[in-house]
Amino acid sequence: MSNWVKVAPFDEFPKLGSRVVRTKNKDNADIEIGVFRTEDDRIFAINNLCPHKGGPLSQGIVYGDKVACPLHSWKISLVDGKAEEPDVGETACFKTKVEDGIVYLELKD
Amino acid sequence: MQKLKLVVVGNGMAGMRTVEELLKISPDFYEITVFGDEPYPNYNRIMLSPVLANEQTIDDIILNSREWYAANNITLHTGARINKIDRKNRVVYAENGTSAEYDRLLLATGSKPFMPPIPGKELEGVLGYRDIKDTNDMIDAAKNYKHAVVIGGGLLGLEAANGLKIQGMEVTVVHKNEWLLEKQLDKTAGKMLQKNLEAKGLNFLLNKNTEHIIGNENGRVKAVRFTDGLEISADLLVMAVGIRPNFALAESAGIYCNKGIVVNDTMQTYDPRIYAVGECVAHRGISYGLVAPLFEMAKVCANHLANFGIGLYKGSVTSTKLKVTGIDLFSAGDFSSNEEDGREEIVLHDAVGGVYKKLVIKNDKIIGSVLYGDTTDGSWYFQMLRDGKAIHEIRDHLMFGQDSLGNTGHAGQNKAAAMTDEMEVCGCNGVCKGTIVKAIQDQGLFTIDDVKKQTKAGSSCGSCVGLVEQILASTLGGGYAPPSTSKAVCGCTEKNHEEVRAEIRTQKYLNIPDVMKGMGWRTSNGCATCRPALNYYLISTWPHEAKDDPQSRFINERVHANIQKDGTYSVVPRMYGGVTTPDQLRKIADVADKYAVPMVKVTGGQRIDLFGVKKEDLVDMWADLDMPSGYAYGKSIRTVKTCVGAEFCRFGTQNSTQLGIDIEKAFDHMWAPHKVKFAVSGCPRNCAESGIKDVGIIGVDSGWEMYVGGNGGIKTEAAQFLCKVKTAEEVLEYSGAFIQIYREEARYLDRTVHWIERVGLEYVKQRVLEDAEGRKAAYERLLYALQGAVDPWGERVQKRDQHKEFETITI
Repeated sequence: MSNWVKVAPFDEFPKLGSRVVRTKNKDNADIEIGVFRTEDDRIFAINNLCPHKGGPLSQGIVYGDKVACPLHSWKISLVDGKAEEPDVGETACFKTKVEDGIVYLELKD
Repeated sequence: MQKLKLVVVGNGMAGMRTVEELLKISPDFYEITVFGDEPYPNYNRIMLSPVLANEQTIDDIILNSREWYAANNITLHTGARINKIDRKNRVVYAENGTSAEYDRLLLATGSKPFMPPIPGKELEGVLGYRDIKDTNDMIDAAKNYKHAVVIGGGLLGLEAANGLKIQGMEVTVVHKNEWLLEKQLDKTAGKMLQKNLEAKGLNFLLNKNTEHIIGNENGRVKAVRFTDGLEISADLLVMAVGIRPNFALAESAGIYCNKGIVVNDTMQTYDPRIYAVGECVAHRGISYGLVAPLFEMAKVCANHLANFGIGLYKGSVTSTKLKVTGIDLFSAGDFSSNEEDGREEIVLHDAVGGVYKKLVIKNDKIIGSVLYGDTTDGSWYFQMLRDGKAIHEIRDHLMFGQDSLGNTGHAGQNKAAAMTDEMEVCGCNGVCKGTIVKAIQDQGLFTIDDVKKQTKAGSSCGSCVGLVEQILASTLGGGYAPPSTSKAVCGCTEKNHEEVRAEIRTQKYLNIPDVMKGMGWRTSNGCATCRPALNYYLISTWPHEAKDDPQSRFINERVHANIQKDGTYSVVPRMYGGVTTPDQLRKIADVADKYAVPMVKVTGGQRIDLFGVKKEDLVDMWADLDMPSGYAYGKSIRTVKTCVGAEFCRFGTQNSTQLGIDIEKAFDHMWAPHKVKFAVSGCPRNCAESGIKDVGIIGVDSGWEMYVGGNGGIKTEAAQFLCKVKTAEEVLEYSGAFIQIYREEARYLDRTVHWIERVGLEYVKQRVLEDAEGRKAAYERLLYALQGAVDPWGERVQKRDQHKEFETITI
């Protein structure tokens, strides 16, 4: 079952930037999700862990619909969490929506 | 959107390279159909000689398999020779009845061997040397016949002769000139080559013109007669006297041709819907028969086919290598002797050792080079030739190669050939030589960028790029052309750094979106490579006017701390000149306790680093520290390292500590193309290690010596002497001017050493020493840029509400 959770007002997400969301997964362990805003004001959410060496993707430079990991510059797609070729790897993605100026994130129960 | 139809005539290297470039930048723009008259998919034609010499197989040299065409939705017709273009209705017709409509047509029909009009050339057993079929015919002939004659002592002829010899034939090369490869070699090198090839068992007849080819009763070649009456046996005769652009198809369709299909600098023919690339083309009156220019054309052509409309092909300077195993030969540019027009030659000739090197120099630049026996520096010379680099500073070492330039790092020139496949090339990514060679061969890689992308070798710290380049050059042979150093900023644009900087100045761009729009960026908001560069160019060109864009800065500069492998940060407060006080130390100790800092370390820049700090603690910690940021994270001024100097040291001649503090205060908050480090030593014992700093200052009895361009990083570089000045004020002015010119003219991510390497120390001296007014003005510009700069930590502490970015949201 899906579970939409309110995150923060859309305005608090910087253009071409991100915020870190800390929450629990279904095993009650802490996880971090990077919530990104692109230049054309789309919001994406992906696991805040680079598939390469676990770098915090939320801290990378955002361009187009990608983010460059701050540790070794792997390019990760915000759309599907996949690393840009020739690197191979994938990080989890989460659905987002914006309603009445508030960003929501879908967490699975 | 309905896709446009692109038809490519010619399934060879030039045509397919263009298609590959096009797929890279605009994969969905066209529905692509390719016609090739050979029955194979695209293969690496320059590797036919190794196939003939039994070193590779046909399968090895296939560049794009049929699966590749299918995967990219390209319709491929092999064995289909196009014999008609209907330009009015935009349809091409093949001999086998196939046809295809086009919106854009790309002609890449290549060239064909020139068959001189010698009587008997139509006899069986007389071949050109161009494609897989010719190669197979030669291999078959070698099984049944004994005597082979190759007409033409050029690159192709010699490679054919070498292959036929390996196939077991008796081979004679006939050449009409006095020495072999007269277009590539001077007489000395040509004669050395002949001697080596004779030792391999080849026979040569020079200064000979063929009169006619004699056949036997079955219509097969049996002998060749020359104009001087000599006659020799020949069961196989290979014509390798040159190639001619294949433009018959274009000409028959009424497209303007003049010894080739005439194209403009965008590779467009006189029919605007029709483009042409490769050996079939006549560009500014020149047709190229080597692979490197074809690739440059392909890139430009793809750009225009994709409607990006930027990029011009302006012709190529080419270099050649002979692909005969055991023979090292390299030549480039114009190497003919002609002392009257100001040419100078540097020659090294070891006849017994079999080494010959000649460099031709004009107006302080290399214009040509011939290397025989030792070609390891070929790419280096070629690069300087293409870049037009001034050489007087390295002239006395030039002949001894790149290694002789005091290179203490591990750039790796000359090592590639001696390495075994298991040896590691790239220490950062753990890539060994065998992996690189395999990737080059299997995936058909031609450029350093391709190799970096596919293998990761050289993609991190970059110190092994020289070695990777060597491996690439030795694996590809003549197919490799070193890139010019003036390359595009990134894949988002065709413009190079200098062009971008110049336009920012002349157009007075003040923000990144305007730059991208004004200069035709392909992407709407750039990438992680170009945005930081543009941001720096803007703020350094228009201080106080251009808007700094934090989102275009790397995380360290955005949060004013250094990101570590676990996502925590390190915090380095400024200690001017490396001088601290008990109060400061107590405060640092208290902060370290309060935030449970896991590690406290003294840095190489004489200050204290607090490791393992969480991002959300940064602002609180700065507030508690109440010390300015040390900029240990930035492309900016880092530290001014000092020794204790005359105040305490019994050897000290100058107050180095005070000068260090003054410099660090004067240039505090300064952004730069890369990090900038200073050092001030109080006497020539140089305890502050001024010799490996961007600006190193050494106190002597009568004043200060200044050194520039030192670097202790990946490749250690000793700083070079700039000048000696009397007073501390002069040190500030001279070093400030030097750094300001570097800030205004270097490429982003150039350290001072890289910039000086490119422009030459003479240039720096001219700007900083000889031009006194210019120096003062540059120093003023730096001071103006730094005016009113504030400590970023203090600012963040005051405006902490505006930086939500630091706060984690918990849900």
